[in-house]
Amino acid sequence: MKVQNNKAWFMVMPVLILVAISAIIPLMTVVNYSVQDSFGNNEFFWVGTEWFQEVLASERFHNALLRTLLFSGIILAIEIPLGIVIALAMPKRGWGVSVCLVLMALPLLIPWNVVGTIWQVFGRVDIGLLGHGLASLGIDYNYTQNNLDAWMTLILMDVWHWTSLVVLLCYSGLVAIPEVYYQAARIDGASRWAVFRFIQLPKIKRVLLIAVLLRFMDSFMIYTEPFVVTGGGPGNITTFLSIDLVQMAVGQFDLGPAAAMSLIYFLIILLLCWIFYTVMTSYDNDEQSSSNKGVQ
Amino acid sequence: MASIKLQEIAHRYPSSDDYALRTLKQTWGDGGAYALLGPSGCGKTTLLNIISGLVRPSEGRVLFDGVDVTDLSTEQRNIAQVFQFPVVYDTMTVAENLAFPLRNRKLAKQEIDLRVADALAMLGLQHRANDRARSLSADDKQKISLGRGLVRTDVEAILFDEPLTVIDPHLKWQLRTELKKIHQRFQHTMIYVTHDQTEALTFADQVIVMYQGAVVQIGTPQQLFESPEHTFVGRFIGSPGMNVLPCNIEGADAVFAGNRIPLQRVISDTGQRYELGVRPEHIQLSASAGIPLNVTSVEDVGRHKIVRGRVEDTLINTIVNDGVGIPENPRIVFDTDKINLYADDYRVGND
Repeated sequence: MKVQNNKAWFMVMPVLILVAISAIIPLMTVVNYSVQDSFGNNEFFWVGTEWFQEVLASERFHNALLRTLLFSGIILAIEIPLGIVIALAMPKRGWGVSVCLVLMALPLLIPWNVVGTIWQVFGRVDIGLLGHGLASLGIDYNYTQNNLDAWMTLILMDVWHWTSLVVLLCYSGLVAIPEVYYQAARIDGASRWAVFRFIQLPKIKRVLLIAVLLRFMDSFMIYTEPFVVTGGGPGNITTFLSIDLVQMAVGQFDLGPAAAMSLIYFLIILLLCWIFYTVMTSYDNDEQSSSNKGVQ
Repeated sequence: MASIKLQEIAHRYPSSDDYALRTLKQTWGDGGAYALLGPSGCGKTTLLNIISGLVRPSEGRVLFDGVDVTDLSTEQRNIAQVFQFPVVYDTMTVAENLAFPLRNRKLAKQEIDLRVADALAMLGLQHRANDRARSLSADDKQKISLGRGLVRTDVEAILFDEPLTVIDPHLKWQLRTELKKIHQRFQHTMIYVTHDQTEALTFADQVIVMYQGAVVQIGTPQQLFESPEHTFVGRFIGSPGMNVLPCNIEGADAVFAGNRIPLQRVISDTGQRYELGVRPEHIQLSASAGIPLNVTSVEDVGRHKIVRGRVEDTLINTIVNDGVGIPENPRIVFDTDKINLYADDYRVGND
């Protein structure tokens, strides 16, 4: 009878093979590189956790990590509230709905490197609308030389590109709120702020969590756009972890440290996502435990 | 507390050609308990929302105690409303939910605490006061919705929009009793929308039956049962509803399926469509006399049996009390004094 059970392995085999090729084998390659050193000639030497220690101790990594954290923090602080405000202001019915949705979806349809190129040209002082416009207003703006200008340009670009995602998610949450909640709020004499604070915000909490997670992961891993616009400069002021990683792996061909760094990078993202998720869903858990209490 | 007067109210939603609510004149006395009864889509909720100001009527005026409030917003009208689905503010505790309408109206904190404690006691929710409202069961949530109206002092009327729809049957009865008690204690004007006749008849002093956007009868539960003004009321109220039998008029008799049924008065036939309305309770089965009934089914519902059958093409239901036998070839006999005559669906009066 036991032989029959082996059939199950054939059933899951296609999935196992696909996952192995797409995820497990590449990941193991990286793990493999991260614990070995190579001096060319395809010779590898076991180094244990040395690369990890080196990366974790390096100032270069610390700075890149701080820059990336700062960037994600600023992005979330701008895009989430802005997205909510825009979603609240969008019409809920009528012809305006489709117009707004299409307008909102447009930036999301543009490939990353195209967005980068658009802003790279847009911000140029000699020919760019933004750069030249600011210059003719007498504002000394140059994203290739000024640190602050470079950051502002990248942040503005990301806000332009990705706020739509937050808007669309929030909007979907808002239109799902039954009309009766608003009616009850009117009966209770609630102010506009109270309606937002006690009805709309709690009801869009779940989609907002998804928006925060997506925007955090995306901005924390951002590569193409800053690479195209600033290339990590001026100096290395916009060299985020991803850019640093590519420089190390492809530019300097330091496979060992690069592999160690990508694993650390991956774990940091995982950890931060877990923290976001735990914090934002802790309220639901509270509620679950209190309802259990009620049953007892 | 206030009397509510509707002057020639009518309403049509912008998306529709037809009136959701046809012209309606109605006064609701101060402190009365009224039920709006009717099938889904008959305009009950529209009417309720017009009173609370959530919907502005396309025609007519709404008066509270003689003051025109048609153009006032819901917030300015001092109406409490309980909806079909319980509305609670998820992030707040039970007590905070009850305090919410008072906070919005900027009452002093002590006053709020006092009133909330009072409402909690009244609803029997003291032990859940500090629990999150979201963790409560549907009936407790519905109590919170009601409580948000009860805490207020400025409430002119409490409107209920099918408030017991999502409540378990055994709790429905309990909540209805509590509503009655609250009504007796506070004497709020209460208007209660439902499609459940038991709810309407037990809750209200006066029941307003609506059908296709119009009021077809206003009366006490007894009036609705004994003399339905419209065949719809007869069919809708009672279980099973009134039998409606097509007939012709010949002098002082109605002729139904070739049988003469005395009307005890002469009716002049004006060429309308005539029907007899007779309650299943007012039909007796007999072995010898009467109109032969072709029985199709007998349902035992506990206290009595429902005998369903046909006379020619007309369906007829009768009620037979427990312990009374059903003859083999039953014939039906009407209690002639309990028969109503309808012309084009409206009852022909005795005068």
